[in-house]
Order: sequence, then C-alpha cells, then structure tokens
Amino acid sequence: MDRRIFGLETEFGLTYVPSDGRRLTPEDAARHLFKPVVNWGRSSNVFLENGSRLYLDVGSHPEYATAECDQLSQLIAHDRAGEAFMLDLVDQAEDQLLDEGHEGRIYMFKNNVDSAGNSYGCHENYLIPRKIEFKRLADMLIPFLVTRQLLCGAGHLITEDEQTKFVFSQRADHMWEGVSSATTRSRPIINTRDEPHADAEYHRRLHVIVGDSSMSETTQLLKIGATDLVLRLIESGEIYHDLRLENPIRSIRQISHDFDGQTVVRLMGGDEPTALQIQWILFESVKEFVARHGAHHDQVDTVLELWERTLRAIETQDYSLIDKDIDWAIKHKLLMGYAQKNSLELSSPRLAQLNLTYHDIDPARGLFHLLKRRGLASSVVSDTEIRDAVNNPPATTRAAIRSKFIRAARANGRRYSADWVHMKYEDEPGGIVLCKDPFAINDPEVDKLIEMMSQRA
Amino acid sequence: MTQESFSARRASQNQSQEAEEIQVNTNVQSAGVDDLLDEIDSVLESNAEEFVRGFVQKGGQ
Repeated sequence: MDRRIFGLETEFGLTYVPSDGRRLTPEDAARHLFKPVVNWGRSSNVFLENGSRLYLDVGSHPEYATAECDQLSQLIAHDRAGEAFMLDLVDQAEDQLLDEGHEGRIYMFKNNVDSAGNSYGCHENYLIPRKIEFKRLADMLIPFLVTRQLLCGAGHLITEDEQTKFVFSQRADHMWEGVSSATTRSRPIINTRDEPHADAEYHRRLHVIVGDSSMSETTQLLKIGATDLVLRLIESGEIYHDLRLENPIRSIRQISHDFDGQTVVRLMGGDEPTALQIQWILFESVKEFVARHGAHHDQVDTVLELWERTLRAIETQDYSLIDKDIDWAIKHKLLMGYAQKNSLELSSPRLAQLNLTYHDIDPARGLFHLLKRRGLASSVVSDTEIRDAVNNPPATTRAAIRSKFIRAARANGRRYSADWVHMKYEDEPGGIVLCKDPFAINDPEVDKLIEMMSQRA
Repeated sequence: MTQESFSARRASQNQSQEAEEIQVNTNVQSAGVDDLLDEIDSVLESNAEEFVRGFVQKGGQ
C-alpha cells in the first residue's frame, strides 16, 4: 500500500516510591492516576480530543493508543503525545496523593518488563489489504520480525546461570508462539485478532506484538519504517528468498542473547545463516525494491540509511556508528560507561536501576531524556510537533472526524460515545454513524450529528 | 483532563526545559563524562536495589 494506516499501542509500567514509608499497590497508583480521566469521560477507557485512546489495560497498565496515522513523523509525534498525557496524569496524581497524606513519587516506564519478569507490550498496527494470503504474509514477515531486534531492540540486562549479560531485546524472552490469537496467556509474534476497524472486505489489521517499546524516536522511525517497507515488498507479490525459520521462538531468544549478532538461525530449507545475514538479505531486497519502484514517502532514504548503518555497526562491532540513534546502542554505551567508571559488575543493582531508569518518561530524571538533553540521543520530531499532537488529531485520517465529533459533543454538553469506527449521539434516536474508511477526513453523516447537537435546546 | 489545561502546563514546562537545554549546550564542550555521570547519580533514587525490586507489575499483553 502506498498509503497505510499505522497505530501504536503502548502499555506503561507504573510504580510508586513513597518518601514517607507508606506503600501503594500498582492498582492503587493506577486508580489515582486515572481519576482525572474518569472525571473527564466517566470511564477509565476514553477517546480523547486528539483522536487517541487512553485506558487502563489488563494488569492495571496505563495504555495509550495513538489515533490513526498515515505518516511516520506524525505517528512518532502522536506516540510521544501519549507520554505527555501520562506525565500530566502523574503530576495530578502526585498532588492528589499529597492531599491524602501520601508523600512520594510516581514513576512511569516506557519499557516491557518488570523486576519479577512480568511483561507488557508495545503493539504495532498496520493496515494491510485483505487480499493478501495471511499464511504467505506470516511466512515472509516472521523471519524479519524475529531478527528485527538487531535494529530496534531496547537493550536489556538478563541473568542466566549466574552470569549477567547485555542482550538486544526486552520482549524476546516473553514470546511463545509465531502466530495466534492470544495476547497474555501465550504471546505470539503476530496476533491474528482481526479487528480491522475498517471495511473488512478490503482491509485487515496486522497486529504485531513482538516489538520493544522505543524511547528513541530514530529507533521508532526505523522500527515502523522498515516494517512498512518489508510489507510493501510482500504486498507486491514479488518472490524473494525463502527465509522461513525452523523454530522462530527458539531463534528469537538465541538472537537476543547473542550480542555479536552471529547466532546461526536454522531455516526450514536447511540453510543456517546468521541473524545478521538474514537482515542483510532483507535489507538488500528492500533496497532493490525501492530502486525499482521508487520511494513512497520522503523518509524512505532516512530509513534505509539508518537500517544499513545499524547492520554495519553490528557487523564491525563499532557501535559508535549508531549510539545516538538506536535504543540498545544508546543504552549499552550508558551502562558500560557507568560500570567502567565506577568499577561495577553488570550484576550490580545500580546497573539494573540504570537499565530501568533509561525508560523513565519524566523529562527531568529519565536517563534517556537526560542523554537527549546533552545531545547524546537524536530526535525526529520537535517539541512543537509533540504539543500539536497533544492538542490536535492527525489531519489526514479518520481521527480528524472523531476529534471533531468529540469536541462538538463536549462543547454542547451532549451525551455521546465514540470508538475507532462509531460516533454516537446518545440523546438522538438512531444517532449513530459508522465510519469505515480510516483514510476519510470528512463524513457528512457525522456532520449532521454535529449539527443536531448544536441545534437542540 | 481537558487538553487546554494540559497544553498550558506542558508549555510552561517545555519553556523551562528549553532554557535548560541552552544552558546545557554551552556547557557541553567543557563538561565530560564525569559531569554526565554526576548528573546521572543526582537523578537516581539512592537505594538502587529497593527501587528496582519495588517495581513489580501484573503482566500485561
């Protein structure tokens, strides 16, 4: 697809650190955090005026799902807007807790694993044509997704056989299947939940739940940009190398744990390339595809350059090529530098704390943000673009319709409900409109509802 | 939870952040790794082990 709808769903980790010794459970902290949301929308599951969805998900995780986006920078700005909303909620909850006599700080982490090994996700959504045969798609996409952690893993410390080591991905150890409909009981790389939130005759939603959350905007750009390019290649129907893996789940863990990228991955056909070689094959196929068909947006060259540079960095083990751009490399430099300077082992609790605090979304104390302020991590979108995404929907998708509807209903004090496809004016019998086209930016039927809301006394 | 109050709050925070950024940039040449590590130590909670161990969630999706 030349124009594709993207969405990112991010689950955040949440912890409360009391300064008065009185603890709060994560459930209590989440409840306080979402009080302003419930006051605003009478529910802990709301669609906001910028078209996004904010809710408490399974396991009391605050979650932000971006509105439908159709451009990479737009998607990144809207994902960052989710962090801004969460920070605002943290401020309000800390004030509220103080009023109730609880002195302490709420921490929110954009990461994928807690200290006890529980995992929560960053889910990517890609609109794809219904006509694509799903098995063929999965066969071609899974080898890419299993090795994609070399490009966009968040980096992590794990301890195995009493040895602590740095690995590529947080999420890799928490995946159990290639393709299935489960999400918590047994996590697949691709989830088959088929809720296109669009006309199901033409579209389906590809739901990828294997990725690490990205702190770095450049990592996010590469993660989504490269996946979109691989999808274009698959959608073209052109045949390229058969890279089907014999055992994707065994491979995804081995690849994560082997930091030099030289792990051999056994293919169904019997070949045994390394993870890095698989990535090179995919990169070259995509590059050649783009050379033949042209770039479909203005960031394709940036994505390809970053992709190639990352593979080169792993190949030469010269991580300085990407240590401002790729999460695992930024974090690796931070942890190794700190360990060396303070003569610490990787197993030191202080390094576990750095590994976690890298993902703290607070701009004043989160370590990723600290590095970014010092020019040690690059960015893609400006603060102005993020502020704009907090306040406004993407102008080029259905989110614009949802936003207009929600704003009108609230301005006129009307009872309403909205989700990805439905806009409902509760006070009007039959006042519901189904918006099936995610690319539409106007809907005359929704405009009629808005007119009714502003006219009725 | 209105986005109006939101943007006002964040705008003021962003301004102070931008001011801070300018200050940091002028320091960057003279400041080295030591300075960075000092700043890291200044923002971390003091009890590393307790802080990390206290971060336990229910699993998500």
